[in-house]
Amino acid sequence: MDSNFYLSTIWSVLKALPLTLEIWLFGVAIGLVIASGLTWMRASGYKLGEYFARAYVFVFRGSPLLVQLYLIYFGLSQFDFVRHSPILWPILRDPMYCTILAMALNTAAYSSEIFRGALRAVPVGQIEAAKAFGMPTFTRFRLVTLPIALRLALPAYSTEIILMTKATALASMVTIMEMMGTAQKIQHDTFRPIEVLTCAGVIYLLLNLSIARLFAFVEYLLSPHLRPPPEQSQQIKPVPEVL
Amino acid sequence: MSADLAAAAKSASPPGDDKAAISVKDMRKSFGDHEVLKGISLEAHKGDVISILGSSGSGKSTFLRCINLLELPDSGEVRVDGELIRMKQGRDGRQMPADIRQVERVRANLAMVFQSFNLWSHMTVLENLVAAPTHVLKRPRAECLEQAEALLKRVGIWERRNYYPPHMSGGQQQRAAIARALAMNPKVMLFDEPTSALDPELVGEVLRVMRSLAEEGRTMLVVTHEMGFARDVSSQVMFLHKGEVDSLGEPKEMFARPPTQQFKQFIANFNK
Ligand SMILES: Nc1ncnc2c1ncn2[C@@H]1O[C@H](COP(=O)(O)OP(=O)(O)O)[C@@H](O)[C@H]1O
Ligand SMILES: [Mg+2]
Repeated sequence: MDSNFYLSTIWSVLKALPLTLEIWLFGVAIGLVIASGLTWMRASGYKLGEYFARAYVFVFRGSPLLVQLYLIYFGLSQFDFVRHSPILWPILRDPMYCTILAMALNTAAYSSEIFRGALRAVPVGQIEAAKAFGMPTFTRFRLVTLPIALRLALPAYSTEIILMTKATALASMVTIMEMMGTAQKIQHDTFRPIEVLTCAGVIYLLLNLSIARLFAFVEYLLSPHLRPPPEQSQQIKPVPEVL
Repeated sequence: MSADLAAAAKSASPPGDDKAAISVKDMRKSFGDHEVLKGISLEAHKGDVISILGSSGSGKSTFLRCINLLELPDSGEVRVDGELIRMKQGRDGRQMPADIRQVERVRANLAMVFQSFNLWSHMTVLENLVAAPTHVLKRPRAECLEQAEALLKRVGIWERRNYYPPHMSGGQQQRAAIARALAMNPKVMLFDEPTSALDPELVGEVLRVMRSLAEEGRTMLVVTHEMGFARDVSSQVMFLHKGEVDSLGEPKEMFARPPTQQFKQFIANFNK
């Protein structure tokens, strides 16, 4: 086994990690904003907004992310008005922006479904209690509905976000040299696919492991009410034995 | 409601007195074709404790929920401390609140205690008590915390102030919910079967708290199946049957000589 080759490959792929993280972070953040808008449309009770959100979810959840990415990057530039638009063209000719856009649009569809389900699962009684105590709509949302819904959404949403880290690999299809693009280049140059892809795979694995741990920690912080109370938990499990 | 009942309801309050703590006039409510409230009136003065009795499905919960507009009544008037909740005609022809700010203000004066507690599960008990006073009444947080601790001592769960609701027994949760209602300094308290979800051995601790509230002169409307509470603690008993006030009166009198066949049957079922 050529450990030098492994080390140099890992090092080269790791140098592309910041780019992968950038795509991931912006994609997820912009997706979150769009998802919130979609969720609001569906919950607001306005028929037009509801139909739009449903159609949106149908389209972006129903087609592959790669198709969406190609349509945005290669497809939209076919239109003259896009190429002549001073706002659209700088965005749509840039593969980085296109990838982020495609990821954001795609994850927004999934996330808005997760949020909608979480909002519906907030116990009606707790919302009614907030009403009955005279809380105005927004206060009620901020103090009761949203905190409960967030806690309900977190497990499914963290899965979606991990799916998104893996989706960043698609950026390599539109020439971006993030981790997957870098790995592919090394593979082409060296004809050693197994070693190279193993390195890339391990890095993705560790990345997702850290993200999963991070979310698990946030979930832990937010849900003391779902754990046994302090003294009770001491009765049940005195000291974790493995530690 | 028969004519003499209407007269009895009227004579319970001095004529021309619109400063009843709460008054409801001719409230009606249907769900689809199902008329659940067929014109219910009620008046409570400061310090009155009115027990609302009736078999399941007679409209007791709907009546309470129409008072604080958790359900929209089809017609009728609600006044709290003399203030009429103003309604307007909605676009769909049904009536709706004219001013949601006014409704919120009135609701803040009508704290409600629910059958299933409905404490906010992501907040500790103390946070549950402080949330509405700080965010609705805009009182300073320090002052609210101090009051909350005092109230928790009073209902006997101060030791649990940093617990989350799911970590407490039903009786403790309901006492916390009552303390949460008291933290609003409400003019009228609405109780919807506060002990019905509790194990029998936990009913007593909640009833004791409610009895002490009655003794200190709180105005309360209490939907309950606790006949002992209705008979011994309340100042008036209202018996609902199929969405109408079947009978209304002094509890001792009502229980000693049930005015209607329906009420007689109702209490007979309980004594079985
Ligand atoms: N939201 C609702 N939609 C339709 N019917 C309802 C609703 N709430 C209550 N009802 C009906 O109204 C009647 C009275 O209910 P409720 O006020 O809960 O009775 P109670 O509290 O006396 O048991 C019942 O027949 C019930 O099925
Ligand atoms: Mg009921």
